[in-house]
Amino acid sequence: MSSAEYTIEVPRSGHWVAFGAVSIAALAATQIFSFLTSPPDMNMGQLEKILYVHVPAAWVMFICFAIVLVYSLRFLWKGREEDDLLAAAAAEVGAIFNGLTLVLGMIWGKPAWGVWWVWDARLTSTLVLFLVFVGYLALRAFVEDPQRRGQWSAAVGILGALNVPIVWESVSWWRTLHQMPSSMQSMAKIYWVGMFLNFGAMLLVMVYFIRRRYEAAAILRTAEHAAQAVALGGNE
Amino acid sequence: MAFRDDLRRVRAIVWKDLATERRSKAGFNSVAALGITILILFGFALGPDVQTLRDAAAGAIWLSALFAGVLAFNRSYQVELESGALDQLLQYPGPRWVIYVGKLVANAIFVGLILVIVIVVGIVLFQVRIPSAWPSLIGVLVLGAVGLVVLGTFYAAMASRSRAREVLLPLLLFPMLVPVLLAAISASKALLVGDIMQEAGAWIKLLAAYDLIFLVATLWAFEYVIDV
Repeated sequence: MSSAEYTIEVPRSGHWVAFGAVSIAALAATQIFSFLTSPPDMNMGQLEKILYVHVPAAWVMFICFAIVLVYSLRFLWKGREEDDLLAAAAAEVGAIFNGLTLVLGMIWGKPAWGVWWVWDARLTSTLVLFLVFVGYLALRAFVEDPQRRGQWSAAVGILGALNVPIVWESVSWWRTLHQMPSSMQSMAKIYWVGMFLNFGAMLLVMVYFIRRRYEAAAILRTAEHAAQAVALGGNE
Repeated sequence: MAFRDDLRRVRAIVWKDLATERRSKAGFNSVAALGITILILFGFALGPDVQTLRDAAAGAIWLSALFAGVLAFNRSYQVELESGALDQLLQYPGPRWVIYVGKLVANAIFVGLILVIVIVVGIVLFQVRIPSAWPSLIGVLVLGAVGLVVLGTFYAAMASRSRAREVLLPLLLFPMLVPVLLAAISASKALLVGDIMQEAGAWIKLLAAYDLIFLVATLWAFEYVIDV
């Protein structure tokens, strides 16, 4: 356990308000840009517009879970509480983007396939991934001791990330007749531009969200450390 | 030899866990009875058409073993916690992986026996025809059971010591076991109908790779889980 005078430096969040405003504005701008510039798709018509939120959300989700993996490993290695809090913040934001990916995919699937859900490989893997990280967040909610919570959730996060490619592979073997992502390669350039711009904007939003969740967790932990120090009678 | 000492420690833990089970018996019998009950419920949900039952047999048997196994994993640590025995276990000399491997082997024997009972009953209830390739089928059973037990034993080390352990273990475990279940069910299914599509081999490789990856990962991570 860390000593009583151990504190987490809670960073001032002044700049981050501006950063958040900029990233939300950027997302709005890139959305408008791609809506105005992209022509309706030959087969899908205006339905292709969901591409600009669905695909970037999926990418951001993977980035979040990569952050969970890296910071979980770093926490087990160095034992710094900040790394644990950052991994948790990334997991929360990742779960949100994961849910967003699923819901947007279903909204696209209804008109395209005629049903809300098919047991398509990507849909199914994404749902399993979502459940893995719901488990991660549930574990954090059910364990109070910070050191235990940190080490346990780091282990769960690392094993979960390790499982992602295996789940992916097994589900696509199980369900080989799925929509191939090959439609990407045949995509006109203007769609790509819109998608990458939106991805950039969503990345900013992700950074902002993770930052804010991290700040909140850091403030909470600092308060707990202070309360503990008072209870031990050391901080007169 | 330090390694030989570790193996003796592993054997001691396996022996201790199995002796506890054997003396009470109630645990094993009720878990086995639960496995059979779940099989019957699957029969109600799918039957009584014989062909439907036969097609679903592999899935029903694996899921029944899984649901029964989950109870075994939590029990394995629960008995330690009840009398504060885990703290003492941690005081003994020797590395942490010894405790994990000991629990792992004991759980593997426990779940293996449950699996045998569930399979025998499943073959009867679901009117399964035993294929000529039954040795490969046993290979699938062993690999699938190892995957189940490796992650089950690992996650139970956390779940059993948290609040809401009944919910937490399945919530953590089941999504992680998706590849094992898909591979084990698909390979068993393929072998039961004579493996016409030649797909069982790929699934068996996936199972072996999964088992190996997570055995190594959990051996490494167990220390971080049990010490706090």
